[in-house]
Amino acid sequence: MLCLASVSKTFPDFSLKSVSFTVEKGDYFILLGESGAGKSMVLETIAGLVIPDSGAITLEKKDVTFEKIQHRGIGLVFQDHAVFPHLTVAENISYSLHGMPLTKKEKQTKINDIAIELGIEDLLLRYPSTLSGGELQRVALGRSLVQNPLILLLDEPLSSLDSKLKSDLRRLLRKIHAGGQTILHVTHDYEEALSLGTKIAVIQDGRIVQVGSPSEVFHQPVNEFVANFIGIRNFFRATLVTGNRVTFAHINENIVIRVVSEITAGEGFILIRGEDIFLSVEPVDTSATNNFEGRIVEIIPTRGGLDVIVDIGIELHALVTHESVEHFELTAGKICRLHFKATAVRFINN
Amino acid sequence: MFLFHRRRKDAKLDYLKILSAIHLIFYLLGALVLLFIIAPLLGMFLNTTPNQLFETANEAEVRQSIWLTIWTSLAGTLFFAFASIPLAYLLARRNFPLKKLVSGIIDLPVVIPHSAAGIAILGFVSRDSALGKMGSALGLNFVGHPLGISIAMAFVSIPFLINAARDGFAGVPIRLEKAALTLGASPTRVFFTISLPLAWRNIVSGLIMMFARGMSEFGAVIVVAYHPMITPILIYERFGSFGLKYARPVSVLFILISLTLFILLRWLAREKKT
Repeated sequence: MLCLASVSKTFPDFSLKSVSFTVEKGDYFILLGESGAGKSMVLETIAGLVIPDSGAITLEKKDVTFEKIQHRGIGLVFQDHAVFPHLTVAENISYSLHGMPLTKKEKQTKINDIAIELGIEDLLLRYPSTLSGGELQRVALGRSLVQNPLILLLDEPLSSLDSKLKSDLRRLLRKIHAGGQTILHVTHDYEEALSLGTKIAVIQDGRIVQVGSPSEVFHQPVNEFVANFIGIRNFFRATLVTGNRVTFAHINENIVIRVVSEITAGEGFILIRGEDIFLSVEPVDTSATNNFEGRIVEIIPTRGGLDVIVDIGIELHALVTHESVEHFELTAGKICRLHFKATAVRFINN
Repeated sequence: MFLFHRRRKDAKLDYLKILSAIHLIFYLLGALVLLFIIAPLLGMFLNTTPNQLFETANEAEVRQSIWLTIWTSLAGTLFFAFASIPLAYLLARRNFPLKKLVSGIIDLPVVIPHSAAGIAILGFVSRDSALGKMGSALGLNFVGHPLGISIAMAFVSIPFLINAARDGFAGVPIRLEKAALTLGASPTRVFFTISLPLAWRNIVSGLIMMFARGMSEFGAVIVVAYHPMITPILIYERFGSFGLKYARPVSVLFILISLTLFILLRWLAREKKT
């Protein structure tokens, strides 16, 4: 649906290098990268605020590389929302309806419908200066959605919000996506990527280094940069179940992990940092509630020490020091035990 | 800001105690400066009786001159605003060759002596000049004409408008204009619905400054048109012909009317939304 083919753009201090990817209709496409990697530049290029030096952008099979911004049919929501301060919420939302062949009443209906969907129907007559960050972001979303964009571009839409508002807005974005809206969302936060994305592209220094489903990107990072950036190798799809006030994440029939989570049930991902898993050879008595036995598959040197991969039915990565590896004489094939606390497991709802 | 001050109130009090001696000197110096501004004006007001003011206000010559001063300045301001506001936008948003030079040229009228500015304007609008010839063809002579006065007033006061408007446009976040473009607005619509309204406060402030500066102009206008007489020239003439006592009531009247006008304009242009 949206296709970037070898899009390049050079600035004095930064450049996009042959960026190519395709967003299919109905995708929730995440562009994941560090700040300064060129994520926002990609969005501005798609929106037409930046004209590429070479390459092509097609939208619904139409070449829009040099199309005027206002004729592209793209909605862009900025990181700091960019709501017009001199207009009311209703005027902000109706800004893009100017010149559309709609009666006043039809416009009003459209504004009301969108406001109800976003939960801002009580704010329509207010001015932006009286709204909170979360409310402003909803107004910015409404303002873009009301024009029924072919694709909605989101530039770090959650980064300036606190965690409660973040999860509210994530839920809202999921709802908008479920309604059939194609979304391209830019973020530096892998949790956000996991929580929302159906497809992830990783961008590094103006170049797309990997595109794939969340599990492809997280399980098979193409290079060390992606692996380090994502940082989490212990990443599994899981179902959360709570019984007797104790919550368990079921990864498969055999592997069940004890979790402490505000969320008590649902589908999602669990993450465990390699640093939080400790390793022993003999059975030990610990307060950790998750204890597994398995065979060492491989030991890989990394920046922070040694990544010991242990097969306990699933492959878990434990990050240990050289001293520990020598002390326990760890080698591939050796049987060892892994321990981690329930609080070391993060659950991300999806 | 207010909250911040309140939170820091205690610390601030200590700070004030420590520096209280030097602050006392600052207050004293400040009071002297204020006195320096207020005393001459106050003296003039106190030396003018309400009766004198009333009589002066009834003089046809005075009334005509005040009216002439107001409308020539207003006309010059509004006429040049049309071209100045777009120029201010370009200066705030675009980079072009010799931009610094352009900014310097705009500030020229402020730094050159106003009598010299008047001589320049006179050469520009006199009958021998291109503009003068064009005017003559239409039966207009700018010299000694309200139009000439307007041009002289605008020349010396236009930097106030352009600079204020430029600051106003520069203060409009570019991403708001970008957002408007992605919402389907043409660049023209973006200018009129986003940039202009958001810079409006500064622009109005600039318009008022330009208008006020034009009204008070003496040096440039007297070269271009001694007659018809604008009030600053009338004041000068009465002083020259009759002395201080006769120049005072007109001055007081003109100051009172100017002040009323500007307070009224500021009030009309005040921020309505909170």
